[in-house]
Amino acid sequence: MRKFLIAVSMVLGMALPAFAATDTIPWDKAPNKLNDLSALQNGAKIFVNYCLNCHAASYMRFNRLKDIGLTEKQIKDNLLFTTDKVGDTMKISMDAKQGKDWFGGNPPDLTLIARSRSGSGGTGADYIYTYLRTYYRDDSKATGWNNLAFPNVGMPHVLWELQGQRRPVFEDVVQHGHTTHALKGWEQVTPGKMTPLEYDEAVGDLVNYLQWMAEPNQNSRVQIGVWVMLFLLIFMVIAWRLNASYWKDIR
Amino acid sequence: MAEFKEISADAPMSEKALTWIDNRFPLSKLYKEHLSEYYAPKNFNFFYFFGALSLLVLVIQIVTGIFLVMHYKPDAALAFASVEYIMRDVPYGWLIRYMHSTGASAFFVVVYLHMFRGLIYGSFRKPRELVWLFGCAIFLALMGEAFMGYLLPWGQMSYWGAQVIVNLFSAIPLIGPDLALLIRGDYVVGDATLNRFFAFHVIAVPLVLLGLVVAHIIALHEVGSNNPDGVEIKAHKDEKGRPLDGIPFHPYYTVHDIVGVTGFLLVFCAIVFFAPELGGYFLEYNNFIPADPLKTPLHIAPVWYFTPYYSMLRAITGEMMYALIACVLVAAYLGATRAKISNTLKAAVIGSAVVGVALMLAIDAKFWGVVVMGGAVVILFFLPWLDKCEVKSIRYRPDWHVYLYAIFVVNFFVLGYLGIQPPSSIGERVSQLGTLYYFGFFLLMPWWTTLGQTKPVPDRVNFVAH
Repeated sequence: MRKFLIAVSMVLGMALPAFAATDTIPWDKAPNKLNDLSALQNGAKIFVNYCLNCHAASYMRFNRLKDIGLTEKQIKDNLLFTTDKVGDTMKISMDAKQGKDWFGGNPPDLTLIARSRSGSGGTGADYIYTYLRTYYRDDSKATGWNNLAFPNVGMPHVLWELQGQRRPVFEDVVQHGHTTHALKGWEQVTPGKMTPLEYDEAVGDLVNYLQWMAEPNQNSRVQIGVWVMLFLLIFMVIAWRLNASYWKDIR
Repeated sequence: MAEFKEISADAPMSEKALTWIDNRFPLSKLYKEHLSEYYAPKNFNFFYFFGALSLLVLVIQIVTGIFLVMHYKPDAALAFASVEYIMRDVPYGWLIRYMHSTGASAFFVVVYLHMFRGLIYGSFRKPRELVWLFGCAIFLALMGEAFMGYLLPWGQMSYWGAQVIVNLFSAIPLIGPDLALLIRGDYVVGDATLNRFFAFHVIAVPLVLLGLVVAHIIALHEVGSNNPDGVEIKAHKDEKGRPLDGIPFHPYYTVHDIVGVTGFLLVFCAIVFFAPELGGYFLEYNNFIPADPLKTPLHIAPVWYFTPYYSMLRAITGEMMYALIACVLVAAYLGATRAKISNTLKAAVIGSAVVGVALMLAIDAKFWGVVVMGGAVVILFFLPWLDKCEVKSIRYRPDWHVYLYAIFVVNFFVLGYLGIQPPSSIGERVSQLGTLYYFGFFLLMPWWTTLGQTKPVPDRVNFVAH
C-alpha cells in the first residue's frame, strides 16, 4: 500500500511538475537510507562536524537525535560543540552579518533544507546529493570553488579534504540538431582522504540525515498511516454492509 | 407556540426528559424536520456525497485549527518557528498540522465537486436560488479564509503570494493604493498584515462561514433537495403527505454518507500520512523557507485551488483588452438590433457600451485582470437567472449541451494547470481562449440554453434498487 501510494504521488508529481526546471545539470538520485540508523548516525556526525559551524539548524533539538538511536550521553560527548544542553536547538555563534561578509550571503538554516529544495528535478535530497558532489576548482571565484548544481555558489567546498580536487569534463552532444555542452565525467586532480565511492557513500549518509532532520517523525508518520489505512479499509466493509442492509427495503 | 405537553407520571425517565426539553426547546421538531422526516430523493448518486463531506472537512478544519492556535504565534519573528515547533515538539502536532493543510486542499476538492453537481443537475434553479446564493457566498468566504490562512506559516510562498495578491488591489483606480495599504496595514506585507490575517482567519471568516452554512442548510431543507433527474419529488405524495420518491434522510442517507465519509477518509489519510506535500501541490516546497522580504522567489504560484482564477488574471494583457472591447461592441450591437426591448433600453445598452469601452481603453489592463478574476467568481451568483433551459438536469438536455459542459470542465483544468506554470507565450494564448470560454459559457447562457431539443423529463425519478 505504502509503496503504491508513494508511486502514485510520484507519478502525479512527475506528470504535472509544479515548478519549472532551472538551467543546471540534472540531479542524481540520492540513495534512500532513512531506515538505516548507522547511516543516519554517520550523517549526523558529518553534519555536526562540517556543516554546523556556518549553518544552523535552529528548529532541530540535539536530543531529538535519540530518535536515530543515539543515547543522551553519546550526543553530549560527541556532538555538542556549540551548547552544553542537549535540549537546545542547533544554533551557531556566527551571525548574519559575518556570514554576509565572509560568503556574500547568510548561509541558510539547514533544518528544512531537504524539503525546501525539492522541485521538478527531484527531491531536495537529490539536489543536495548532486550539489555536494559537483564542486570544482575555479580560481576566478573568491573562495576558489564553483559548483555545477549551484553555479557561482558562495559556499566553499567544505568537504574538499575528503573528496580531493576535481575538474569537470564536458563534451558537445548533438541531439535533434542542437549542440549542447554536457557533463561527461570528472577528472581527479588531487586525491582526497576518501575514494570516490567512499565519498559518495558519506555524502549519501549526510543527505539522508538532512532528509530525516527535515521531518524527524516521517518514519512513524508512515507506520501510523498503515494502521489507519487498515482500520479504514475494514471499516469500509462494515459501512458498506450496514448501508446495504438499510437500503434493501428501498425499491 | 407549541402547546405545553403533559406526560403521565409513570412514563419512562427518558420520555419525561424529552418532553421536558420539547416544552422548552424544539428538539424533537428539529430532529424530525432535518433528519428523520426530511425526505430526500432516493436516486442520489456519487456526486451527492460532497455536501456532507464539505461539512466534515469544515469540522476537521475547525477542530484542528483550534489545536494549532494553541501553539501558533502570530508574529512575523516567531510564526515560522512556531509552525516547526508544532511539527516537531508538540505531541502529534505534525498530524494536526498536516490534517489542517491537507484539509484546506480537500475543502476545495469537495466544494468544487459539490458546485459541479449543482451545475449539471440544475440544483440552482427555481425554487433553490437562495440555496445556490448562500453556497456561492460560502465559496467566496472560503477563498478568503484559504488566502489569509496561507500567510500564517510565514514561508516564502506565504509571504510573496500575499504580496502579489494584495498588490492587485492597488490596481483599482482612485481607492486602490489606499485599499491595499488598509489590507496590509503597512507598505509591504509585514507583522501588521500577519496579525490582521490571523484575526480574520481564526475568527471573523469562520463565523461568517458557519452562519452561511446554517443558512445554506436551512434554505435547502425548506425547499427540499434536487436530484440527478431534476424532477420535483414533492409533486407526487402519498396519503400521509410524504413524497413517493423521497426517503427519510436518517437513517438512509446517514448510513449512506458513512460509506462516503470512509471513502473520503481513505484518500484524505493516504495524503496526510504518506504524501502530505502531495508533490508540492498541498504544501509548496518554497514555503519551507522562512519569509524573506528581500528575496523574491523566481516563480510565485498560488496554491492549486486558486490557479484557474490566477490564469484568468494573467490572461488579461493589453492585447487581450482589444478582444474584450470587441466582445463588448458585438454584444451592444446585438442588443441594439436583435433584442426585443424598448428603444430607451436600447439607447441605454449602447450608452453603457460606449462608457465601458472608454473605461477599458483608459484604465490599465492590470485592473481589468482583477475585475476578470473577481468576476469569474461573482458570475456564479447569477447562474439561476442565466440558465433558461426548460429542463433542469443535464440528463434531459440536448447532447451538445453536455459537450459544452464537458469543455467547461476541461477548460477549468487547463486554466488551473496554466496558473501553476510560469508565464509562457503559448500558455498566455491558451489562457486567453480559456477565459473567453469561461465567461462565454455563463454570459451566453440565456441564449444557448434555449437552443436544441430537450429530452422528455420523466414524471418520477429513475431509481434502480441497490
